[in-house]
Formats: sequence, structure tokens, C-alpha cells
Amino acid sequence: MRTLKRLAIAPIRPLINAWQVSVQARVVFSTLLLGALVLSLTAWLLLTQISTGLVDSKRDTSLAQAEAVFSEVQEDLDAAGDTRAPPAESTITGIINSLASRSGSPPAYVVVLSGPLGIEADAEGVRRTSMQVSVDSVPRDLRIQTREQSGTLWTYTTIDYLDADDQASPGDGGIRDGAGIAVGTRLQTPGGEDEYALYLLYPFVQQEQALNLVARAVVVSGVLLMALVAGIAWLVTRQVVTPVRLARRIAERFATDRLDERIQVKGRDDIARLGMSFNQMATSLQRQIRQLEDLSRMQHRFVSDVSHELRTPLTTVRMAADVLHDARADFDPATARSAELLQAELDRFESLLIDLLEISRFDAGAARLELSEVDLVELAHQVVDAQRLLAERAGVSVRVLSRSLCATAQADPRRVERIVRNLVSNAIAHAQSRRVEVIVAADDQAAAVAVRDHGRGLGPGEATQVFARFWRADPARARAGGGTGLGLAIALEDAQLHGGWLQAWGEAGRGSQFRLTLPRRAGDDLRHSPIPLVPSDLSVGRAYSTTAPPPAPPVTGSPAGSPTGTPGGVRS
Amino acid sequence: MPADATDFDSAGRHGRVLVVDDDASLAEMLTIVLRQEGFDPVVCPTGDAALAMFREHRPDVVLLDVMLPGLDGVDVCKQLRAESGVPIVMLTARGDTVDVVVGLESGADDYMVKPFKPKELVARIRARMRRFDEPAPEQITIGDLSIDVAGHDVRRAGESITLTPLEFDLLLCLARRPWQVFTREVLLEQVWGYRHAADTRLVNVHVQRLRSKIEHDPERPMIVVTVRGVGYKAGTS
Repeated sequence: MRTLKRLAIAPIRPLINAWQVSVQARVVFSTLLLGALVLSLTAWLLLTQISTGLVDSKRDTSLAQAEAVFSEVQEDLDAAGDTRAPPAESTITGIINSLASRSGSPPAYVVVLSGPLGIEADAEGVRRTSMQVSVDSVPRDLRIQTREQSGTLWTYTTIDYLDADDQASPGDGGIRDGAGIAVGTRLQTPGGEDEYALYLLYPFVQQEQALNLVARAVVVSGVLLMALVAGIAWLVTRQVVTPVRLARRIAERFATDRLDERIQVKGRDDIARLGMSFNQMATSLQRQIRQLEDLSRMQHRFVSDVSHELRTPLTTVRMAADVLHDARADFDPATARSAELLQAELDRFESLLIDLLEISRFDAGAARLELSEVDLVELAHQVVDAQRLLAERAGVSVRVLSRSLCATAQADPRRVERIVRNLVSNAIAHAQSRRVEVIVAADDQAAAVAVRDHGRGLGPGEATQVFARFWRADPARARAGGGTGLGLAIALEDAQLHGGWLQAWGEAGRGSQFRLTLPRRAGDDLRHSPIPLVPSDLSVGRAYSTTAPPPAPPVTGSPAGSPTGTPGGVRS
Repeated sequence: MPADATDFDSAGRHGRVLVVDDDASLAEMLTIVLRQEGFDPVVCPTGDAALAMFREHRPDVVLLDVMLPGLDGVDVCKQLRAESGVPIVMLTARGDTVDVVVGLESGADDYMVKPFKPKELVARIRARMRRFDEPAPEQITIGDLSIDVAGHDVRRAGESITLTPLEFDLLLCLARRPWQVFTREVLLEQVWGYRHAADTRLVNVHVQRLRSKIEHDPERPMIVVTVRGVGYKAGTS
């Protein structure tokens, strides 16, 4: 059904397209349509008027002529003899012949004489005609009226020639069936014994020719007029549409960062004012964009300068502290402890500074990716190996679980390593001496790393809060855990820079899982992650305690995507 | 790495370090630390004077700040490279890739991002000053190059090619085991002497520099070949 419809539409598709796309086409088409409507109406009125006028005048002249003829014939008949006998056949024929000869060539009328009329309504007697026409060329109504009334009677009729030459065109004078007027009267023989009906049939040949001529002229001039109207509409709309199209092109170019594009304004009309307004808007936009760019550049410069200005003295302080720290054995206990504290806090200060600078680089939009092929399995192993010492100190065992041997993605290895390192060290810090699993998986579109711990987990709503800057899980023990409080915020920025997701799931008492999902090809959109956000081992846990509330709905830390965990991902 | 083997060169002289830095406090602090570690530091406060100071003191290592008034570190580095293969360690306040790569491409052997730990700085200086134990006279051929290990000399068809010590070590490392593919991490450890330095850009940049000196067509290297996704190896031809 639908294909049928489509097939039917196919040939006019370009027209539909033009209608939808081009204002000009629409205006021209509408003008044509309305113009055609008005013109047809006018032509119809015109032709009706003309034909009525022609027929009326023809009727009047025909009637006048017929009356003259009738009285003449009656006189002739009266003069033919004062006999009671019916008029001789020759007299009748003579009358017809003389009438026919007077009708001219081509004959202006056809003579029909019938009679003597009988008593019965349709007893017409012998019909004699100057030309062969059918009986019905003289309508029955007229025949009856003529019998019953005296005087001149008339009606419109269709003259039907029995020997008509249908091929003859109306112009060459040949006889042809057609409309006409029938005029009739009753003739009386001198004795008053017999009555004859005489009819003259006037065809509208000339009138039809004239009407045809007029109609042809109307149609031809109508078509010409339509073409003219279409042309005018096209020209007029062009005047309006051309500047609009120009403005559109300029606006498109403007949108593709060519901020110097302006419309050339000519004159002072509406179009020119549109151009002026557009240019004003463009200038104002350009100014604001430039301002923002300047701001961003200044911000970047500022960050860079601050970085340099802070780092140099910090290096000096750091070295001085190291010298003091190395020599603390020679100090009294208070000074020695001070040297230790100085050293330790400098470490914190330094990592805080580095993280702050990193965050401000993101804020300034100055962070850039350096893409290469990264194998997440290998990377996870490297990170876990590097954190082994930390894990052992915390009494946590860290395992890497992956189904495939490698899970590659186009990514910035330094940033991805930083994200995973952050997730793993966080997990170790919050694992409460229970095991930590690093799960790696990939499918055609995405590669993912999830870090699962079985520690205290996250409270309601905390799954999004963890990514906030300086947010800490437990304010009471905030400082002891170390870290700058910016780690996850930076990790989230890093993930988003890749077009990836960084999401958290957690439930109080059941641990938490952080999942990083990256598109395998840089720039692709992520639709799903190969690892479910809610750990698959939780279903086992749920089997033990059916009374436990269902897991908190996973909350995404990334505005980019929805946490659509595919069930049955990686078994851990 | 035993300290006494590296603090003195073969002549028994203390390792001399030229510190080019405009920040007086940092320069002084560096002097203190280096002296503690047994080096012989010389401070140069401007980039313009660096070349003259270098010629005068003939240091074993140059510590070069990138941001200097007047002639900046990158220019100084190019000047020094033009006449010497002396190990150069750049000190930079910016860890951005562009800054680092520009520094390395101008000829620096290594770089350190401020703030750095003094011990790490010392370790890197030592790594740069490290000399292989007096090598046995040995002749290695790689491609159409012949390497005289003892004479620190690389020749192609009798013509000597000037390489910095680092580039020489890099080439030698690859040439000694032509059957082995070296990852960037292994090269960092064997050539630069780091165990944990994560920055493999060092290797990339220096391989490019080495290729530009020894390859017939650096775009299509035949002697130092990239093994995609792994690292580098010596060419077989």
C-alpha cells in the first residue's frame, strides 16, 4: 500500500521538493493557480455574455425576417386563386423554391412546409423541405403550437441535416448539424379549407463561428497572460528571495566560524534594513565571541603563568625542605618533626597544585587529546602492578579480570592511565581490606574498565557527588586518606574529553563500582557499555538476602550518556 | 649505581654541572644540593652568557631552565648542540607536551618538570654522566654503519657521523642485539637509566633525532626500524 503511494508520488517528487524548498516556486505556483482560476471565471462570463448577445440578435433578425416572409407567402397564397380546391402542388413547390432561392448561399434558413394539416394532433400531411432535415428539427412542441395558435411562433432547436457532411468545418460554409432557431406559422389556403404549417429554420452557423473565434482568442490570450503573470511573479519574488538567499549564505558562512562575513547593503528598503540588522547582529556576536576567546586565551595564559610562577619557588622550597629533612637527625626533636611535617605537607601541596592546574586547564578548554591505540587490559595490569605496594600495605588483593586478551581503544594513554590509576587507588583506599577487582571488557563499539570494591560503598545520591570537586566520602576522616579531592573530578573531565563515560554505582555496605567506558574509535558516540554498571556479582548476593532493598538506581556521573548496563557482561 | 663511580670522571675530577637559571634562589638551592651530592656546580643567570660559560668551564652536564630572560632555553640548547654533545637536562615549569617536545627537539637529552624532587634530579644527572665501564675494543656493524665502541665513533664509508653520547648509546643499545625488539620502556631503562620514568616521548624524539643523522631517508628508516605497537629494533639490512 505504502509502496503504491510512493510510486504514485515518485514522478511529482521534484515538484513537491521544489514546493517545500523554494519560496519562489511556491509564490509562482500559487500565482499561476489563482490567476488561472480568475481567468477561467472571466473567460466563462465573457463567452456566456457574447453568446447570449449573439443568439438574441440572431433571434430578433430571424423573427423579423420570418414574419416578413410569412406575410409575403400568405399574400402569394391568397393571390394564387380564389378557389376552394386545394392549391396545386406546383404552387406549394413554387413557394418553397422561391423561398429557398431567396435564402442565399449558404442558405440562411431551411424551409419546412407541411400540410394540409389534419384534424388529429399529429396529422401533418406532407412535409416538404428545401433541404433534407429530420422531423425533429422542428420540435414537436412548436408543431403543436403552430396548429393551435395563429401568428408567428418560435423556439430554439437543433437542426439535424439528413445529408449532413459531418466532416465539414463550420468555417467553409458547408452544412453541418447545429443549434438554430425554428420559426413557424400557420398558412391558410384562400378558401380557408386547408391549413399549412410553414417553418423556417435559421441555423446559428455564423454565431457559432464568431463564438469559436472569440473563445480561441480568449484561450490564447489567457495562456499568454498566465505566462506573463508567472514571469512577473517569478521576477518579483526573485527581488525578495535573492537577498534572503544571500543572507542565508552569509549566515551559514558566519556559522562556520567565518565571523568577518557581512551582507552588502544597497539602498534603504526593507531588504537593506534586514541586511543592516543582520550585520549589526553579526558584529555584536563577533565582538562577544572575540571577547570570550580573549577571555579563554587570557585564562589559559594566566593558568600557564601561575603555573610557572608557582612552580619555580615551589621547587626551591621543596629542595630546601629535602635538605632539612635529610639533616633532621642532627636537629632537636621539635625541629626534626617540623622538618618531617614540612616535607609531608609539601608533597600534598605539590599534588594539590598539579591537580588544580590540571582542572583549570580543563576549565580553560586547553586540554588536548593525544590519541594512540591503548590496550586497556595491558594498561589495567600495569596500573595494578604499580599499585601493588600500596595494596599490600592496605591488606587488599587486587585482581584484573578480563575475558579477552586485549581491549583496545583509540585514546590518550596518559589520561586513561591517570583515570584507571585514580580509580584503583580510590578502591584500595576504600576497600576496607577486602578484595578489589578490575574488570576489563570490550565489544565492537566500546571498551570499558570497571573497578569494583567491597568496602563501605556509597550512600544514596553519592554516586554523582563523588565526581564533585573536593567532595569527600567521609568528612570526619577526610585528611587521613590523602589525595587532593580532585582526582575523580579530573578523571571525569578526562573521560568526557574522550567522549567517554565515567560512572559510579554504590550501595551502603555492598561496596561500589566505578566504570569507565570509552568509544573504540575516537569521536564515535557511545550507546552502551560492555560492562554493566551494577556489578553482576550482586545478583548472587541478592539471592542470599531476599529481604534486602533493590539496589539504588545507578546514577550517571557523566551527562553524556545513560547507564544502560547490559546484563550478563563479565562474570567476576 | 655506586656513587663513587659516577661522581668523578676518568680524570678523577668532580662532575661539573652548569646551571643556567635566572631564579637566584633556585640556582642557589641547586648549588647547595649539587654540592652536597659531590658535584661541582657553576651558575649562569642568563641565557646570553650560557655559551661563554660553557666554553669556559666545560661542564659534564648542563641544567637548563626553559624560561630565561633574553635568549631562552631552547635557543641556548641549540647553540650548545651546535658545538657539543654535552648532556643537557632541561628544567621546565610546563609539562605540556608541546613545551616538552620543543625542548627535546632542540637537542636536550632529558627534561624535568618543576617542581621536582632533588633526589630525582641527582639521579638523572648521574644517569647522564654515567660512562660505560671502559669498554673493550669492539667493532659493531649495523646496516652500512660501523660503530667503534671504545672510540665512541660511528662511521659510514669511512666518514665519521657526529652523535651526542645519548644518541650513541641509543644506537649501540639497538645494534648490540639486532634480533631484539626494544620497547620504549626498556630503552628508557637501558639508555637513560630510569626505572620508573613514564615518559616515552623522550624515546620518540631521540629516535627521530638519531634517524635524521644516520638514515639515508629519515622518512623511511632502514637502520632504526619502528615495530608498530611495540617499539624499535635495529634494521636487518
